[in-house]
Amino acid sequence: MTNAPHISVQNLNVQIGNNLILKDVNINIPDKKVTSIIGPSGCGKTTLLKTFNRLLDNTADVKISGKVLVDGENIYDPGAEVTHIRKKMGLLSQRPFPLPMSIYDNIAYGPRIHGTTKRKDLDQLVEHYLRATGLWDEVKDRLHSSATRLSIGQQQRLCLARGLAVEPEIILGDESTSALDPVSTQKIEELFLELKEKYTIVLVTHILRQARRVSDYIIFVYMGRIIEFGPTEEVLLNPQEELTREYVKGFIS
Amino acid sequence: MQIRLLKDRILSKLMLALTIFSVSLVALIGAGLYYKSVPLLRDNTWGSLLFSSVWEPMKGLFGFFPFIMGTLWVTAIAIIISLPLCLLTAIYLAEYAGTTVKKIVNPLVSLLAGIPPVIFGVWGILFVVEFTTGYSVLAGGIVLAVMIFPLIVSIITEVFNTIPRELKDASLSLGATKWETVRKVILRKALPGIIAAIVLAVSRAFGETIAVLMVCGNVPVAPKSVFDPGYPLPALIANNYGEMLSVPLYDSALLYAAFLLFVIILVFNLVSRIILNRLERRISG
Ligand SMILES: Nc1ncnc2c1ncn2[C@@H]1O[C@H](COP(=O)(O)OP(=O)(O)OP(=O)(O)O)[C@@H](O)[C@H]1O
Ligand SMILES: [Mg+2]
Repeated sequence: MTNAPHISVQNLNVQIGNNLILKDVNINIPDKKVTSIIGPSGCGKTTLLKTFNRLLDNTADVKISGKVLVDGENIYDPGAEVTHIRKKMGLLSQRPFPLPMSIYDNIAYGPRIHGTTKRKDLDQLVEHYLRATGLWDEVKDRLHSSATRLSIGQQQRLCLARGLAVEPEIILGDESTSALDPVSTQKIEELFLELKEKYTIVLVTHILRQARRVSDYIIFVYMGRIIEFGPTEEVLLNPQEELTREYVKGFIS
Repeated sequence: MQIRLLKDRILSKLMLALTIFSVSLVALIGAGLYYKSVPLLRDNTWGSLLFSSVWEPMKGLFGFFPFIMGTLWVTAIAIIISLPLCLLTAIYLAEYAGTTVKKIVNPLVSLLAGIPPVIFGVWGILFVVEFTTGYSVLAGGIVLAVMIFPLIVSIITEVFNTIPRELKDASLSLGATKWETVRKVILRKALPGIIAAIVLAVSRAFGETIAVLMVCGNVPVAPKSVFDPGYPLPALIANNYGEMLSVPLYDSALLYAAFLLFVIILVFNLVSRIILNRLERRISG
């Protein structure tokens, strides 16, 4: 492990309007591991995830203080270049949102923006990332038809492939399987396990079983604060804090 | 239980009846105008009415070509001028502007929509006609462009706002800039809505009367350039209806003009509806 972790959060406070949504968050996300963020609805999981690639920038009335260091660079530094930061992370949202274009163009979207224009290179990229997400055989005959015609599960894998195609270091997932059927869910989970060889992965999930299946570390958030952080088994089976114990109670028994 | 069901049934029937009534009004208006144009149509062929440029009611010569062209010129100029401005404004308001700017600009846009046409007409005479183009279809187009601006801007802004945040985030999170996101994702997704806005604006522009009539010059000759005066159909009707009705067939001619306007708007709406349906099917897959 290098000494600067991919993501390091220091004294982060996020306020929207008059609500303090994240309070004094400090955390180092372990590299090349899967870290799950768990906690009750509305506790700030999505908000925390969005601070990692500055997706809160477009929210009205938001105030952010503190630092988020990505590869040692504070992304909230006024001089930080936001597209460069976002390119380092692939985002997988709750429901799949394919871009309004063909399957091929969805994957090629990011690389094209970042300067890959040769047809041959793009062809290769598209095939590579569709294979990486197990979609290739399912869609290779209709690469140029609209991405919205795929099933929801396929769309979600397409979105993952699309994110991987910009060669990120980090993958962020916000309840990425909650709209999917069990089989598609399993496929995505398997992909995460495969991908952690190469990527640092941060997931938000409501499903403790899923957290246990896929993650190495767990962050428990409660009302905007990080209450507990540690290896999965420890947090789920032997929580140190009363609040965590309360939350994972159903799981232990 | 029974009463609730009954209420539901009666109300749905009632609403159906009202809907049929309002739809049949359109048909009634069309039929009425056509009926009144029949005397003119008895003496003239459609071809000569539509394509002759000679407008001499005293001699019984009714060529509508100049008026049709006047209408098309003014409308086209208005759309060409306002569309780019509207798009950029709507993009700015929906995607870039902060809350304060929105809070100031949105009410102003609605205010602009509420200003009566005659005021735009006066403004047009005082500023557009005086300082730039003289009485011309360009002056009419500029005034109309300003008038349809709030309509198009508010519809398109609304369309942009209905595009899910997550879709924009998806593009941004791939490292796209806002502008790239607008151009490649938002505009594409919003295209049907944008076209619907244009359709509404064009229909409105076809029919706008007073403001256009005040600045167009009203010369019954088909314009050859944007600096020529023109005489759109609504202006013809508004200027002359109720006068000179002693001239034979004159009132029939004016109602025929109204009928033409009606048909133009109807056909335009029909065609754009078909295009829109195609487009929506293609985009939503
Ligand atoms: N744009 C916003 N404006 C105002 N408040 C917001 C905004 N976004 C989030 N919040 C508030 O911030 C808090 C945390 O929201 P967040 O979406 O991060 O919760 P979450 O942990 O992801 O919840 P869930 O599990 O339901 O997805 C909530 O109280 C929410 O109401
Ligand atoms: Mg959430």
